[in-house]
Amino acid sequence: MAYSAKVMEHFANPHNVGELPDANGVGEVGNPKCGDIMRMYIKVENDRIVDVKFMTFGCGAAIATSSMATDLVKGKTIEEALKLTNKAVMEALDGLPPVKIHCSVLAEQAIKAAVSDYYRRIGIDPVPIVGEIRTDADELACSI
Amino acid sequence: MFPRRKITPKGTDIQMETNGKRIVYADNAATTPVSPKVLDAMLPFFKENFGNPSSLYSIGAAAKKPLEEARDRVAACLGAEPTEIYFTSGGSESDNWAIKGAAHRMAKQGKTHIITSKFEHHAVLHTCTALEKEGFTVTYLDVHENGIVVPEELEAAITDKTALVTVMYANNEIGTIQPIPEIGAICKKHGVLFHTDAVQAVGNVPIDVKNENIDMLSLSGHKFHAPKGVGALYIRKGITLPNLIDGGAQERNRRAGTENVAGIVGLSVALEEAVRTMDEKNAKLRRMQTKLIDAILKIDRSRLNGDREKRLAGNISFCFEGVEGESLLLMLDLHGVSASSGSACTSGSLDPSHVLLAIGLKHEVAHGSLRLSFSDMNEESDVDYIIEVLPPIVERLRAMSPLWDAIIHGRA
Repeated sequence: MAYSAKVMEHFANPHNVGELPDANGVGEVGNPKCGDIMRMYIKVENDRIVDVKFMTFGCGAAIATSSMATDLVKGKTIEEALKLTNKAVMEALDGLPPVKIHCSVLAEQAIKAAVSDYYRRIGIDPVPIVGEIRTDADELACSI
Repeated sequence: MFPRRKITPKGTDIQMETNGKRIVYADNAATTPVSPKVLDAMLPFFKENFGNPSSLYSIGAAAKKPLEEARDRVAACLGAEPTEIYFTSGGSESDNWAIKGAAHRMAKQGKTHIITSKFEHHAVLHTCTALEKEGFTVTYLDVHENGIVVPEELEAAITDKTALVTVMYANNEIGTIQPIPEIGAICKKHGVLFHTDAVQAVGNVPIDVKNENIDMLSLSGHKFHAPKGVGALYIRKGITLPNLIDGGAQERNRRAGTENVAGIVGLSVALEEAVRTMDEKNAKLRRMQTKLIDAILKIDRSRLNGDREKRLAGNISFCFEGVEGESLLLMLDLHGVSASSGSACTSGSLDPSHVLLAIGLKHEVAHGSLRLSFSDMNEESDVDYIIEVLPPIVERLRAMSPLWDAIIHGRA
């Protein structure tokens, strides 16, 4: 198993790491038992993600996909951010080893979880817009 | 260890090109470099002395003698007779042959029970699983928090159906040394065959198969500066196992296939050297081990895996809460340190190490493991370098870990 240079670059110097004290949407997916947890913070203004940060416990791919996913949604409208797929994250990283594909799925779900939380906070039911989020990503992290 | 020399034009030097970056190879439990002395001993058998030891003419005979001399050397290192040593392709083949052979032989006497431990190498565990599918029953002994089998529990597990006990000499992940002489005595008392996978122990721990009542012992060359792809199985005189590899008459009709003469010679020279220098090497490795364990224990929420005293001098295994093992290894690699983890990710499986789970670690803690394993080619300065780079790496990964955040705030 070898990571692409792009994955190693994002692992060694991840973008958007940390907490966002004035976030108005926070989503967390994964679980420690499986070895991956991603927490994403978004700050939304006028339907646009003006800032995003992440905290991740996980392997190299988990950190790199968190970094790339946050890069890809930063400055985007919510509508655009919700179109982010795990495939896009993977492609932007020049691919992932097959056993690590679940990390890109977690990254996609973490963004969606943060958006769902944002909608919930402003009194909008997120399910019709975002869909169901697999926050307890037991199966996600352990079996994909 | 590596950056001080460069690859020589002859290509016989083991040092790596490092572009000035410090490289510390700390994964000697995975494999070791072939030592220059071993390589020199092997080289003639690739070219000048290339004959098949089974051939009658002089070129063949010229390869036969070194093969038998190699057998003598290996036997002497283990307290065995040369006729009790069978060369194989490595540890996995030796384990498969010993366990499947003993099981199938004893099954003819109605004995279909095997006793092993929960944290054996997969070459043993998966062989036992394969035998379970054939109808054998297997008892997996607990290894407790310190990573050591309790002989009384082993004795209590023996029944009149027990064919074989197979317990590793030293664990490959956490380095804990098992009470092999005690287990040997118990097996002898009950008339049960005793095999030990000694792949991690041979060359690092003094072994005498007769005194320790070992019936079968597996070893692998590449763990002590011989090449990969060569190993041996010691089978006590009087025990006849069915063959695993059928074919020609090599190894006294017991293991077919033209002998890997160069590899076998290399293994014998490497083992002799490892045994000759064992005390000196272990004294140095113990000093390094003590220093490194004391330093790493200063990291908050770190845990040494396995008994501190009853472990291989070259092994250190730690868990760091809130840190995932693969990230730790990648970060160490970016700093030039080659290490290993019990972490799921490294093996391509998503489950944490069965060894760490067997000593009672929770899944989330077992994910944050680090194994550092040293050989006589490492220096104390390697340990100093690790002590310098490791704590900031753990700190950096924890700083981005939501799990660590929860741990220190008492939510996990």
